[in-house]
Amino acid sequence: MKTVEEIKAAIEVAVPGARAEIVPNGSPSAEHSLLLDAAHAFAVAKFLRDDAELKLDFLSNVTGVDWLDKETTEKVKVTHPVEKEVDGVKTIVDETVEETKKTVTPGYLEAVYHLYSMAKKHGPVILRIRTGNRSDKVELPSLTPIWRAAEFQEREVFDLFGIIFTGHPDLRRILMWDEFKDYPMRRDYVDPDDYEYEPTPHDEVLKRAQAHQAAAKTEAAQ
Amino acid sequence: MSESLLETWNRPPVIEADGEGELLEISMGPHHPSTHGVFRMDVALDGERVIKLKPVFGYLHRNHEQIGQTVGYLQMMPYTDRLDYFCSLTNNWAYALTVEKLVGQAVPERAEYIRVILAELTRIQNHASTIGFLTQEMGASGTPLMYAFREREKILDLFESLTGSRLMCNYMRFGGCRVDMSEAHLNAARKVVAELPQFIDEFENLLTSNEILMARCQGIGVVKPELAVNAGITGPMLRAAGVNYDIRKVDRYGIYDRFSFRVPLGEHGDIYDRYMVRVLEMRESLKILEQALKDIPAGPFVDPKAKIRGFKPKPGEAYGRIEAPKGELGFYLISDGGTSPYRFRIRPPSFINLTILEDMCLGQNVADVVVIFGSVDIVLGEVDR
Amino acid sequence: MLGEGLLKGLAETARNFAGSFVSKERLTTVQYPEERHPLPEASRNFPFLVYDGADWEAGLRCVACQICEKECPPKCIYIEKSKDKKPDYAGKLQIYPTQFDIDISVCMSCQICVEVCPFEAIKMDNEFELATDDRFGGLLQDRKQLAKPNEYYHKIHPTEAAEVDARLAEEKAKVEEKARAAAVAAAAKAAAAAPKPAEGAQPQ
Repeated sequence: MKTVEEIKAAIEVAVPGARAEIVPNGSPSAEHSLLLDAAHAFAVAKFLRDDAELKLDFLSNVTGVDWLDKETTEKVKVTHPVEKEVDGVKTIVDETVEETKKTVTPGYLEAVYHLYSMAKKHGPVILRIRTGNRSDKVELPSLTPIWRAAEFQEREVFDLFGIIFTGHPDLRRILMWDEFKDYPMRRDYVDPDDYEYEPTPHDEVLKRAQAHQAAAKTEAAQ
Repeated sequence: MSESLLETWNRPPVIEADGEGELLEISMGPHHPSTHGVFRMDVALDGERVIKLKPVFGYLHRNHEQIGQTVGYLQMMPYTDRLDYFCSLTNNWAYALTVEKLVGQAVPERAEYIRVILAELTRIQNHASTIGFLTQEMGASGTPLMYAFREREKILDLFESLTGSRLMCNYMRFGGCRVDMSEAHLNAARKVVAELPQFIDEFENLLTSNEILMARCQGIGVVKPELAVNAGITGPMLRAAGVNYDIRKVDRYGIYDRFSFRVPLGEHGDIYDRYMVRVLEMRESLKILEQALKDIPAGPFVDPKAKIRGFKPKPGEAYGRIEAPKGELGFYLISDGGTSPYRFRIRPPSFINLTILEDMCLGQNVADVVVIFGSVDIVLGEVDR
Repeated sequence: MLGEGLLKGLAETARNFAGSFVSKERLTTVQYPEERHPLPEASRNFPFLVYDGADWEAGLRCVACQICEKECPPKCIYIEKSKDKKPDYAGKLQIYPTQFDIDISVCMSCQICVEVCPFEAIKMDNEFELATDDRFGGLLQDRKQLAKPNEYYHKIHPTEAAEVDARLAEEKAKVEEKARAAAVAAAAKAAAAAPKPAEGAQPQ
């Protein structure tokens, strides 16, 4: 099978305009993945399935990943013109101060596809597609028309992460019930405080149990 | 844009209702003796024929993946037992394999042999139980099921004397196994393996040329190989459709390349082929077991330098998969350098094999739906996680 | 002939039916609860705490290190440490748990607590007839219910218990050896440091 670089080159030749970026994998398994842009992902996937040499006809796994907004603080030296009194005369002087600058790298949701070939018995080829952000730009093209295997798995990613797959024939919740709100597998999901009494709560569960019992007591007292 | 992109060959067929009157819409499940757990199918019937079938599940959703992201790597091992609760040792192996891939951990030879022995025993007891449940749903009132369970008891007794528990074994560790398989255990395993061929012969005597089984299974629930490959079907269902893809032969994980065994393939892709593929796979597993029990070397059962708990893998990811009795069981771990994975994903074979349930059942009688569903061989612990 | 397969199957069933009257392996039913299937030695169900000697409070091996609490996957163990100390099997003063609860409705019998305990204090029991009709309190086992003597441990897991005892005896012997060596060294030092009588005193 071709290496990741060769596959990237083949994609860029076959689908003009497609951008494929290699995302390195730090672990010893060294299975690097290809980051595709959402606009061309469908055409690239179709090429990967139908190409005579790659023949990636088996979609093994569709995963959703939630990457949160990352806030980094760094100390920067900034030069300001400041009004100061020098020798009794008010002048404008350049002053360098150290300020803490907070930058927020916006987070995104990601869909990871693992492809194998049953015809040629090789693989895996790992594709990644990322959304714009985590709140309003959460649409990705569905690869279900190409591989039927994605049908239930994309529904699960929609259900648990909130990525909307355009082109999916039947996008609705699969594991949670239809009226459920919110997306449980996101990293900032807070589960509702409706669990039953637990005899040995500790750590987080104990804190919530105490808050819950205090709230119940004030409610009963009212 | 969306509708025109859908190809038609891999979508479910559209069946027209040709009777008069309304369609009867039933919910089969979730409390149902034949749905292998809490599983629901919303079927719309025209008389006896199925016009529409939508599977509904999620009743056993226990958010395994969320738990995997909060507890450590070792703590997740007993949770993986509970995925496909019939085959806890293969689940353990898939998870241990993935973590070993993530950290680059090697496994000593004896441990690999032990893993193969236990995995093949698991495969035999799983296939026997599946065939037993299939015939139970056809009305055989438990006779083949109880014969299968009688042999399964012998295998589970082996598991209990080795790991401490019949079903929730929690036995594999990263870099080997938890305890060694002593000579007494190996002799007990040899005794069980010596008695199994006779059981499979009796089982086949009972079932293979049975006219009722043939009438209810042949030609029912046919899956074409192209659709099976495109829909991500793996395991005996795929091989019954004629596609030669067994992960033990393709990936050659563990030491499977040392054993000589064949991969049984079906021709028609119907339920009878799936039954025969499972019976033949039981016989092939016996061959592997005989070879493994003969050749198992002495040595350490776990890598002494392996880190089993409290370790922090380097940031990276790994996807490890094995040929579980139900299909391809895969684990996808993304590590961010912490003590628990950043993303813990289970690729469940039963969940994905259900994709074409609708295709197989449309146009068939409602009585066939139960049998087709039984031949897919699902376990709700895996479907819902 | 139509029906041949059915007849073959019926012959098989008849063989099993008739055989169950004569051969033990065809009749596999165990008439529970009058008969019990013997459990293998490694069989595990829920944990229990081991104590040495006759007094369960004084002989409890657990030193409340809370490692099992941290490593438990479903977090079913709850430990509270004591303020004072008591001597352990080797004579060293250790803290002990004033509260050690295991919620067996949460426990998944995974045995990780046994694997990580450095003091051989918690082991797996194989008692499974623990059904109760009290949903919340009845399945919460406290320190007193969990503490079982070392003799009980020998009864249910003989080989394991023998190994554990050998290891603990070795540890105890090492501690005593060190204590004796320290005492000898201390005595020698005391003798050397004491002023030598009449040696330094010269006749004037």
